[in-house]
Amino acid sequence: MIASYTRKELMVVAAAREIRDGEVVFVGMRLPLLGFGLAKATHAPTAVGLFENGVIRDRPAEAFIYTMGDPPNIVGAIACLGLNDVMSLLQQGRVDVGFIGGAEIDPYGNLNTTRTSGSGSMVRLPGSGGGGDIASLAGRTVLIMEHEPRRFRERVDYITSPGHFPGRRRGGPATLITTLGVFDLSRGQVRAVTLHPGVTPVQVRDATGFAITVDDSVPATTPPSTDELAYIRHADPEGFWTSERGKGE
Amino acid sequence: MDPPLTSKRRSLAEAIREQVHDGDAVALGLALESGIPFAAVHEIIRQRRKDLTLIGPISDMAFDQLIAAGTVAKVIAAWVGNVAGGSGYGFRRAYEQGQPRRIVMEDHSNFTIGLALKAAAMGLPYLPTFTGIGGDIVRGHPRIRPIEDPFGGPGLLAVGALKPDVAIVHVQRADASGNAHLWGNLGLTVEAAYAARRTIVVCEEIVPDDVIRSDPNRTMIPGFLVTAVVEEPGGALPSSVQGYWRRDFETFLRYHQLSKTAPGYQSWLKEWVLDLPDRPAYLRHIGDAAVQRLRVSDRRLAAAANFAP
Repeated sequence: MIASYTRKELMVVAAAREIRDGEVVFVGMRLPLLGFGLAKATHAPTAVGLFENGVIRDRPAEAFIYTMGDPPNIVGAIACLGLNDVMSLLQQGRVDVGFIGGAEIDPYGNLNTTRTSGSGSMVRLPGSGGGGDIASLAGRTVLIMEHEPRRFRERVDYITSPGHFPGRRRGGPATLITTLGVFDLSRGQVRAVTLHPGVTPVQVRDATGFAITVDDSVPATTPPSTDELAYIRHADPEGFWTSERGKGE
Repeated sequence: MDPPLTSKRRSLAEAIREQVHDGDAVALGLALESGIPFAAVHEIIRQRRKDLTLIGPISDMAFDQLIAAGTVAKVIAAWVGNVAGGSGYGFRRAYEQGQPRRIVMEDHSNFTIGLALKAAAMGLPYLPTFTGIGGDIVRGHPRIRPIEDPFGGPGLLAVGALKPDVAIVHVQRADASGNAHLWGNLGLTVEAAYAARRTIVVCEEIVPDDVIRSDPNRTMIPGFLVTAVVEEPGGALPSSVQGYWRRDFETFLRYHQLSKTAPGYQSWLKEWVLDLPDRPAYLRHIGDAAVQRLRVSDRRLAAAANFAP
């Protein structure tokens, strides 16, 4: 029997599944904080996590965290260094996979988190944070997005986190996890790998503001297992990040 | 014995009055989400500084508060907003509508601002990097230029040095000379303190200098770089300080809600900054129950390190 789960719980599970055992992971803000812990607790026990504030962990935090700087993310860390130290490891090529979110995306996996006039008047967004660095320097990147037409644009107004472009030294977007499905970006175009249970190809095409490959035979995303759900609900007991109406949107 | 006249110890209000001037470039929020010197942020607003340039990697809520108060002319940062909520509404009103005043934004990624401060800390004009190539942050950037590798490798970007007038850092403990022990995530705290012309160390407690000397590897800022030392327990709240304070999450969320509108921000500003004289008054205003809830009373001590010769 499959327990009921939320869309965000499924996204956390999909993010965790992108981490292979033994990998070095650059953990981003929000859902990836949980995804890294989940991967560690299940299929990737020897993965190592780098956080841009300088923390290096090889086990998940023991208590709920809102941010990577929260005290439970320091307790039991294997090192607490500086931002330039972990960014140096990233630049050197020591990071296998990094997670980033975006407000807007184009077909090449370019992300915009800086400013947009997509809905008419100009809106200022918070900016890159570490996103631009992870996109530039990680071995591969996993992107996490809300799947809405206004966010999936033929051209983004500003490339905060570069996707695929000619002459790229390494890496680039590999996987895109959205509220509707999991997509492959590794060949510089967006192709559906799985759609979340109940989501139709038409729904995905309608929610994507550029051409996207969705075969009618595309399988459904494997739902969270009982173990995966148990971990998520232990790590996010009040559903701050993962309930349908979580505050952590 | 009275402290010597050259003592660096100051009240927070004195330190801000003496060290932070109109038009200064001020680095703060350097550890990222923890140890943000909010008491200093509020004192800067109370003293009505203007035309400041703010420097920091991300700036959970602190930059938003300073911008919305009208103290800021320019921001040099990788991310401006409220970490748990997203957009900073004060920042957006200033950037999009020029309210309460127009601001200039110098966008960075975390690594480029880290390298800019590191270059200044190292006494170099710039540091090279591969980050940002292919993106728009580095395009036409006033502080980032393409360069050739003199050893014949692929092209790089040079990130120009960034030297703050003053860095404000919150640490766990320091001695009266400013030798500062800091533990937990460091972010860009060390680079900024090395790079800045002046550094204000705000600490949870002033300790005798033999405490500092007992564990010199934990001294992240040597005192000769420090201009003023302020003992201000709880001075980083609502952000956390490892071993001293938990994150006051509700306060972050409440500010995020209130600051959605300019009048909402003004009511927050009056209640939490302008009507309070100092940080002890802030702690009384959040109340004993909140202080008890947020103060760390457990002990999880590091193993001792033997420094015997």
